Amino acid sequence: MHDVTKVYQLEGIEVRALCGVSMDIHEGEMVSIMGPSGSGKSTLMHIVGLLDRPSAGVVSIEGEVVGDLSPNQLAALRNEHIGFVFQSFNLLARTGAQANVELPLVYGGVSGAERSRRAREALERVELGDRLNHTPGQLSGGQQQRVAIARALVTSPSIVLADEPTGNLDSRSGVEVMGILQDLNAQGITVVIVTHDANVARHSQRIVELRDGVIVRDETVADRLDAHDEMSQLGMNTAADVEAVLGTAGDAS
Amino acid sequence: MNFAESFRIAVRAVFANKVRSALTMLGVIIGVAAVILLVAIGTGVQGEITGTIEGLGSNLLFVFPGQINTGGGGGGGFGGPPSAGKPFSLADAKLLQARLNGASAVVPVASGAGVLRLGNKSGRSTLMGATDQGAQVFSATLGGGRHYNRSEVDASARVLAIGYTIKASLFPNSDPVGQYITVNGQRFKVIGWYEKQGGSLSGDQDNQAYLPITTLQTLTGNNDVRIIMIKAADATNIDLVRAQAKRILEPKFADNITVMSQDQTLGILSTVLDTLTYMLAGIAGISLLVGGIGIMNIMLVSVSERTREIGIRKAVGARTYDILSQFVIEAMMLSLTGGIIGILIGAGGAWAIQSVVPTTVTPWAVAIAFFFSAGVGVFFGVYPAWKASQLDPIVALRYE
Ligand SMILES: Nc1ncnc2c1ncn2[C@@H]1O[C@H](COP(=O)(O)OP(=O)(O)O)[C@@H](O)[C@H]1O
Ligand SMILES: [Mg+2]
Repeated sequence: MHDVTKVYQLEGIEVRALCGVSMDIHEGEMVSIMGPSGSGKSTLMHIVGLLDRPSAGVVSIEGEVVGDLSPNQLAALRNEHIGFVFQSFNLLARTGAQANVELPLVYGGVSGAERSRRAREALERVELGDRLNHTPGQLSGGQQQRVAIARALVTSPSIVLADEPTGNLDSRSGVEVMGILQDLNAQGITVVIVTHDANVARHSQRIVELRDGVIVRDETVADRLDAHDEMSQLGMNTAADVEAVLGTAGDAS
Repeated sequence: MNFAESFRIAVRAVFANKVRSALTMLGVIIGVAAVILLVAIGTGVQGEITGTIEGLGSNLLFVFPGQINTGGGGGGGFGGPPSAGKPFSLADAKLLQARLNGASAVVPVASGAGVLRLGNKSGRSTLMGATDQGAQVFSATLGGGRHYNRSEVDASARVLAIGYTIKASLFPNSDPVGQYITVNGQRFKVIGWYEKQGGSLSGDQDNQAYLPITTLQTLTGNNDVRIIMIKAADATNIDLVRAQAKRILEPKFADNITVMSQDQTLGILSTVLDTLTYMLAGIAGISLLVGGIGIMNIMLVSVSERTREIGIRKAVGARTYDILSQFVIEAMMLSLTGGIIGILIGAGGAWAIQSVVPTTVTPWAVAIAFFFSAGVGVFFGVYPAWKASQLDPIVALRYE
């Protein structure tokens, strides 16, 4: 993206959320976008994720400029290439885990049996193969976020964007979620994490820091953390073990 | 995304809020049921009255005192003589009888109210007075006994033939012929009874008693003749007979009489009855409209409640069309289900009241109600659905 500016109009007052931000995100990278609250992190992520358009500047994906695409074309691109994970999970209420994970496939035109197979597979990857019909209300925060990750990866996207994915989770579930994101990255998926937490950011390879809509730092992480090491330090080897130790309600936020 | 998916999503949404969905549908149910029922009544009454008049035969002429606007529409009254106009007397009927060629019967008719009593049983009935030729112009068929004859008319004899309802209430288990009853306190001999004919707008024809017009005039003290009925010997001659009748009565009444054929009566009646049916349908249609507004209201609430859901769907790739169709289908499901239930209730109601009011549920009324309720769903569902589909995914996701 190049020289991206985003201006919000709020009751006549202009809010400059991003002021001329330029950055490249490379394929297979794991990047953290850091900064204090209100610095424009989410805005940046929404623009990268094609949920929002810049007021000025150019966004291109794989060399293709996306500025002129219609809302429906953007929707199709999001569906095919991008997976989202939000701080507040954003799962459909009163809807089972599997149905939630199937949602992108529904809009991608994948038919019944195939859809259900891929949704189960995605849920198994986040260790929730045994919670297919649990609704968000019946799952803990960490489990809900894992369902959201399953939904993000079920379409085999090229990039997963996570906005404060650990923000509503206790530290154990947070580490677990970071572990899954690191695993995804290891499998070649580009991962962008938005966070205000330096510790979370240290799980990625590169940190971009925003302040008042401007990039103030962009550097490679020297002492990268491995979530799996942390998990064993905390005495938990796999996500399944966490379940066994904490029960379903234990890691709720 | 295909239609089946949108449909599935809509079904879930409708079932997720069962009470609200049911109440929303109730508006449409009431509207459609009202349309079906009222149109059934309009059609049924029309059919019955038309049938009754057609049953009279196409060679009948009705002569009223005064003028009736036979042009339909306008200000003309119907169903009886207009208020203005000098009433006929028996002499006028005699005059017509003597001078008309091509008329096989000329029958003066008068009516009144009477209390018929037998022992401790009594009831109010309409008394129809006519001459012995009345049998030729009235549609009732004798079930037993006989009509009154000419000498009884000449003698103002106290005899009468009773309709089926009267027979059933005064003589539930016995043959009335030859029995005596009192009419307004006077002793009458029952000489015949009529088969069941069924009701109509103008009252229960089976609750009528037929007696010589001379007797009726004595009984009520009123010598007016309400109507003179003329039966043409040949239906093709009817216009000739009409012209003659007008000419014969002209010296006394000038233009102040009306001669109507069965066709004209039917014409006026069907105009009036059509208008009545459309009015009923219109009133019912308004309640359907209100039901539609109810759907729109609930859909708007539903859209704003589900703003976040819409944002999630859009974020994972739902297109404008997907959201639009989801909500339109939801609205249509509410209105169509309501419509079908309404049709069933309306038709059931029409069937249930058949013994009181004639009803006919026509296929076109059902078809119109069905498509109209589908249309209501689309019409009132599109705006909320369009609003939903235009939501900006970011705004929707940030929505609390
Ligand atoms: N829809 C919006 N309308 C108006 N202002 C907004 C909107 N979204 C974000 N902002 C403003 O833009 C700035 C950046 O917001 P955001 O990107 O959410 O920051 P962060 O995620 O870093 O906390 C803030 O000042 C915020 O108030
Ligand atoms: Mg934010």
